[in-house]
Amino acid sequence: MAEAAAIGSGAGVDERRCTPLLPLKARALVLEADGKRLIDGLDLTLTDNAMTTLMGPNGAGKSLLLRLLHGLIAPTSGEVAWNGVRPSEAVRRRQAMVFQDPVLLRRSVAANVEFVLKLDGRNEPRRCAEILQSVELAAHADQPARLLSGGEKQRLALARALARAPEVLFLDEPTASLDPASTALIEAAAKRARDDGTKVVFVTHDIGQARRLGGEVVFMHKGRVCEQRPAKAFFNKPVSREARDYLAGRLVL
Amino acid sequence: MQDFAEAFRLAFGLVLSGDAYLIEIVMLSLRVSLSAVAISCLVALPVGAALAIGRFPGRGALVALLNALMGLPPVVVGLLVYLMLSNAGPMGWLQLLYTPSAMIIAQSVLITPIVAALARQVIEDLNDEYAEQFRSLCVPAGTAIGALLWDARYSLLTVALAGFGRAIAEVGAVIIVGGNIAHLTRVMTTAIALETSKGDLALALALGIVLITIAITVTAAVMSLRSTAARFAYG
Repeated sequence: MAEAAAIGSGAGVDERRCTPLLPLKARALVLEADGKRLIDGLDLTLTDNAMTTLMGPNGAGKSLLLRLLHGLIAPTSGEVAWNGVRPSEAVRRRQAMVFQDPVLLRRSVAANVEFVLKLDGRNEPRRCAEILQSVELAAHADQPARLLSGGEKQRLALARALARAPEVLFLDEPTASLDPASTALIEAAAKRARDDGTKVVFVTHDIGQARRLGGEVVFMHKGRVCEQRPAKAFFNKPVSREARDYLAGRLVL
Repeated sequence: MQDFAEAFRLAFGLVLSGDAYLIEIVMLSLRVSLSAVAISCLVALPVGAALAIGRFPGRGALVALLNALMGLPPVVVGLLVYLMLSNAGPMGWLQLLYTPSAMIIAQSVLITPIVAALARQVIEDLNDEYAEQFRSLCVPAGTAIGALLWDARYSLLTVALAGFGRAIAEVGAVIIVGGNIAHLTRVMTTAIALETSKGDLALALALGIVLITIAITVTAAVMSLRSTAARFAYG
């Protein structure tokens, strides 16, 4: 009851910036579209800053879940609460998301990062250079963003997300089509963000990557969470049939 | 055929000799039409952008109206501006009738819906690409409009070009509010109409050739700028 009272519109969150966003609690989350139930009564709790790897077969609802948690779409029913506060613009400003297909502004690499720094009133050239350096794009600062390779584009999208200094970072299959070197750079940047205290939620299909990222694994199937366990325990002995099939490379039905 | 041959000979003669009358007409045409394009862009680009990203009741009707206004008949625009600027009209005190300013106003009114409607389409396409990212970043509407206008700037040049094409080629509005007064409000299209009515088809055709040459030159310059931008992946 006390929690229900605390859940509000998000107004005043800026004033409570020192209040952590975690824990996240999603309860009985449902998302329907065209008569289909895409997220089906999902429950999820994220409590600490450990890396959370979101796994599951295609169509499991991983990307939709990220969008629901980030407040980009509203659930049909159910509730998302960040430390008791519903997703709102004020909450979203404390988060950042990197999409599977990065959308870059038609500007230079540096201007893409500066756009976010300006939005947040923190546009210092040194800060921009540091962020680009962190994803090894400093040498490309003046290049048009759209001329970058796929891996560089994704690193720039990550750099732009990091420019927000987010408390929660959603990464939606950021390495889906990248070569090993670019993948390693993204993973390293995500781990650095985690070490700096950012909660990272990383969506991937790559089992090797999920093992490397560590933390906890949330395994989804048909819009529900099948299991949520520490990565090591999950990979050693998956509990659900769906996770076992997935890890064995069998079609998950 | 003889008229065409004579027209080309006369046109080249006029251009090569730097005919003062021709230059005066060409310069006034460019001044009026480019001013109208600049004014309409100032108004229409933000309006187009707001319509592209705004979601409000009646938006669909407004977009349909804007699209319909792209086909505004120049003579109707000329008549309305004439009524506004005539001594009995609400803006008669400005004493602008039969001046280049009146022609700029008429052309601005004529092309603003064109620029706004085309800009809306260009910016809406770009917004479809940016919208989710902007929502994720909580970009305020004003900043989003500015960013969309800036990032679509080379595509919007083509939009402005469409407005310029309409303005420089129209005759109905400027002849009503400008009066086609020699050395004051005579532009290429009104001069062509006048010379045709006088039967001087060669001079009329010569002016037409100059008009088309200007249109091609401006278009080529804009397209070259666009392709340069595309080469650098900003377009």
